[in-house]
Amino acid sequence: MNRTKGDEEEYWNSSKFKAFTFDDEDDELSQLKESKRAVNSLRDFVDDDDDDDDLERVSWSGEPVGRRTRPGSFQSLSDALSDTPAKSYAPELGRPKGEYRDYSNDWSPSDTVRRLRKGKVCSLERFRSLQDKLQLLEEAVSMHDGNVITAVLIFLKRTLSKEILFRELEVRQVALRHLIHFLKEIGDQKLLLDLFRFLDRTEELALTHYREHLNIQDPEKRKEFLKTCIGLPFSAEDSAHIQDHYTLLERQIIIEANDRHLESAGQTEIFRKHPRKASILNMPLVTTLFYSCFYHYTEAEGTFSSPVNLKKTFKIPEKQYVLTALAARAKLRAWHDVDALFTTKNWLGYTKKRAPIGFHRVVEILHKNSAPVQILQEYVNLVEDVDTKLNLATKFRCHDVVIDTCRDLKDRQQLLAYRSKVDKGSAEEEKIDAVLSSSQIRWKN
Amino acid sequence: MAAHLSYGRVNLNVLREAVRRELREFLDKCAGSKAIVWDEYLTGPFGLIAQYSLLKEHEVEKMFTLKGSRLPAADVKNIIFVARPRLELMDIIAENVLSEDRRGPARDFHILFVPRRSLLCEQRLKDLGVLGSFIHREEYSLDLIPFDGDLLSMESEGAFKECYLESDQTSLYHAAKGLMTLQALYGTIPQIFGKGECARQVANMMIRMKREFTGSQNSIFPVFDNLLLLDRNVDLLTPLATQLTYEGLIDEIYGIQNSYVKLPPEKFAPKKQGDGGKDLPTEAKKLQLNSAEELYAEIRDKNFNAVGSVLSKKAKVISAAFEERHNAKTVGEIKQFVSQLPHMQAARGSLANHTSIAELIKDVTTSEDFFDKLTVEQEFMSGIDTDKVNSYIEDCIAQKHPLIKVLRIVCLQSVCNSGLKQKVLDYYKREILQTYGYEHILTLYNLEKAGLLKPQTGGRNTYPTVRKTLRLWMDDVNEQNPTDISYVYSGYAPLSVRLAQLLSRPGWRSIEEVLRILPGPHFEERQPLPTGLQKKRQPGENRVTLIFFLGGVTFAEIAALRFLSQLEDGGTEYVIATTKLINGASWIESLMEKPF
Repeated sequence: MNRTKGDEEEYWNSSKFKAFTFDDEDDELSQLKESKRAVNSLRDFVDDDDDDDDLERVSWSGEPVGRRTRPGSFQSLSDALSDTPAKSYAPELGRPKGEYRDYSNDWSPSDTVRRLRKGKVCSLERFRSLQDKLQLLEEAVSMHDGNVITAVLIFLKRTLSKEILFRELEVRQVALRHLIHFLKEIGDQKLLLDLFRFLDRTEELALTHYREHLNIQDPEKRKEFLKTCIGLPFSAEDSAHIQDHYTLLERQIIIEANDRHLESAGQTEIFRKHPRKASILNMPLVTTLFYSCFYHYTEAEGTFSSPVNLKKTFKIPEKQYVLTALAARAKLRAWHDVDALFTTKNWLGYTKKRAPIGFHRVVEILHKNSAPVQILQEYVNLVEDVDTKLNLATKFRCHDVVIDTCRDLKDRQQLLAYRSKVDKGSAEEEKIDAVLSSSQIRWKN
Repeated sequence: MAAHLSYGRVNLNVLREAVRRELREFLDKCAGSKAIVWDEYLTGPFGLIAQYSLLKEHEVEKMFTLKGSRLPAADVKNIIFVARPRLELMDIIAENVLSEDRRGPARDFHILFVPRRSLLCEQRLKDLGVLGSFIHREEYSLDLIPFDGDLLSMESEGAFKECYLESDQTSLYHAAKGLMTLQALYGTIPQIFGKGECARQVANMMIRMKREFTGSQNSIFPVFDNLLLLDRNVDLLTPLATQLTYEGLIDEIYGIQNSYVKLPPEKFAPKKQGDGGKDLPTEAKKLQLNSAEELYAEIRDKNFNAVGSVLSKKAKVISAAFEERHNAKTVGEIKQFVSQLPHMQAARGSLANHTSIAELIKDVTTSEDFFDKLTVEQEFMSGIDTDKVNSYIEDCIAQKHPLIKVLRIVCLQSVCNSGLKQKVLDYYKREILQTYGYEHILTLYNLEKAGLLKPQTGGRNTYPTVRKTLRLWMDDVNEQNPTDISYVYSGYAPLSVRLAQLLSRPGWRSIEEVLRILPGPHFEERQPLPTGLQKKRQPGENRVTLIFFLGGVTFAEIAALRFLSQLEDGGTEYVIATTKLINGASWIESLMEKPF
């Protein structure tokens, strides 16, 4: 294993392995710099093991650590940042040589591309004719090296008119895709839009334009920008969403100005009791609806901030509306509003409870907002499916519902089981005992 | 040496050493004391190949992360920027250089691009007037980084997006380069198989690079028998499902970055007597996860439901070992016991850590929501109710669960139905945009372009055919003692791994029909070897296949491949390479649009 350096040179230079010792000067032949380096570096690491072992036992912070068995003590590179002990070394006098430049005027497009690929500095300016330029591009594309393709594209972009550039790239799809990626990366929005227009890629054109709003912070400016997006060639479905996006921000700006004023004036109870945590600008529609149900619940439909108005303008489905209103009113513990939300009157004037989202969902939301047991109980009772009802009642400790349901189901065993869960000597326990001892019930078990 | 890299069939330390050498060579070019300014993203991957001691040996005295304005003071001769070739980083570097120039004594600046130099970036540096300040501008081709004895990754976060959204080939080119480096170290791979558009392109690039390289013959005896190139978009389904192996779940819940995981510290508080609960750690517990840890290597690829029993068995073994001390009577016996102590203590520490992690994971997997989500996923994957609006998804949106979670499961439904009915798709889209914000139109468009969330076209759902032919859904799955790869998702056998399995036996000819349904061409190429290098396999000797996932691979897929490698009559051992280690969440996130 411990071959000496000399032996090794011989080993690698012996005729059998000759092919693997590359000569650094002879770089025209060696296209694969990395592979070459990798192979050359194979030379002596084989004997490296021993001293490397020592290196490994030191963590990034320079502390010796155990190996293998203590994985937690390895520190990553990021842990070592900026706390490395300083140590001074004698300054090195020799200055390393910078990269040399070399030019030649008679390189073919293919030579030039090869040189670019190796990271050599190379002037493209001498390629004047369109034919030369295109050949350069084709050479680059055939190499598959995105870096070189982009370099050539930058040159073409600078030296060709837009029309010609687009026309030629339209028939060269790989190069075209690289140009699009490149334009996105440098943020040349204008040229990108021109390109999509030229290619008649209308949906991408629209989305690319729309995307820019993400970079506009000022709400007024953002709103104006969104206005310019309406009518762009989005898909039919998306068009409606874009319109809604604009309308929503427009609303939010009005509501925000109004409410900020109300809040700072300090005259309105709701804002005094529940100061706003954040501005409503740029919030999603459902969040805006929640906000409106929280602060502006009773407003007439005519105002921009009223929930009913939002519901109509954005065609919010009934389910979504009820869910959001319920959450907002429950948070304010406005149980009366909650009640009203599920009360419907038929044409005879009878009232009936109805929940488009299902009462089990209502109960969950009420519980999440820590509604008192009496309120919870009322809605648990409205759950239609008996098993779900019993589960919810047990989960939220609505004793009366559990007891009554077990009684109705004539399920003595379950009632007995529940008895063990309630507090000793409580009213619930008494009630359970009364039911259990009733002679009028014919228990099924 | 990182010993765990050499445990596998292929010694990946050879690769690690090669890249370490290249790094040392570069450092030595910049003679004198140095400070390194790191692109923060690179510190993780670099940590896997070099530790600070190596840098210190080469006179690196300070390290900083790349940040705007000016550099912290450092009394060094050289300042080396190590950065990915990205324009926004060039702007920061230029700012650093300019402010340093004003500060006083001249320094030597260098820049090391990882993994490739970029003419575009150099142009930017030139425009900012600093290009001439750099003495060395080089590239460090850290294409494939060894993560474990059988695992390599390029850790290129944008690869999937570049390949399948932008159709930009740059990361494919890097993949091909990485494969050439591997071949230079481990010999020419005689057979290349592939499925997918990107796979085809990588194979083409490799063949071209080899042709250009005719100046010399690779005379290393080939270690790999086959290369299988697989496009991620051939199997969009697998990463969307929740991984159910131990390692997969750690990644799903806490996110494994460059083989490290950060965990909530509470469970790891030292339990010492008289501590009185004081000094609870507040900083996240950071652990490295790889096969260097014996216990982890044993449990990481198991279904999570099989982990508990292993841990409790280990606990018994370890306490029995500690009990041995009572039996040690003679000096010799005591000496013997003491010499084993460090190993035993390490094993106990490792067991304690994994017991804590398993507890943390169990809290999640036993939650109601996890169960509901898994039920829906499994329904979709087995083909139930994929064509209508799902009430669990509706609930998630109504309760404003994280958007990525919602998108992931909607995409799963779409993929399992070969696209959603237009009405269903429109409904989901509307709900998502109204709840999470209209700007997500951009993300939805990306998902559609990538084929993850799209309307059904042609009116035919091909997934059932694929599922049945490839046996992607297995009803009777044994999580404890698995007999099939489907254990990694408790029923679903990852499509990608099934393709690899069928390729090795009986060959793809048997599934031509399904291969035609899946996107992209499938192909086979041979790279002829000189007769002296042709392998004569011993009877019973396994083939070694390098499987390269273009666009990312999950830990569950890796586990499934390791399961196949370990099968007694499997015939094939796998080494896995990828552009990035992903899970459903990180994958979807890479496709989301953010401000510039």
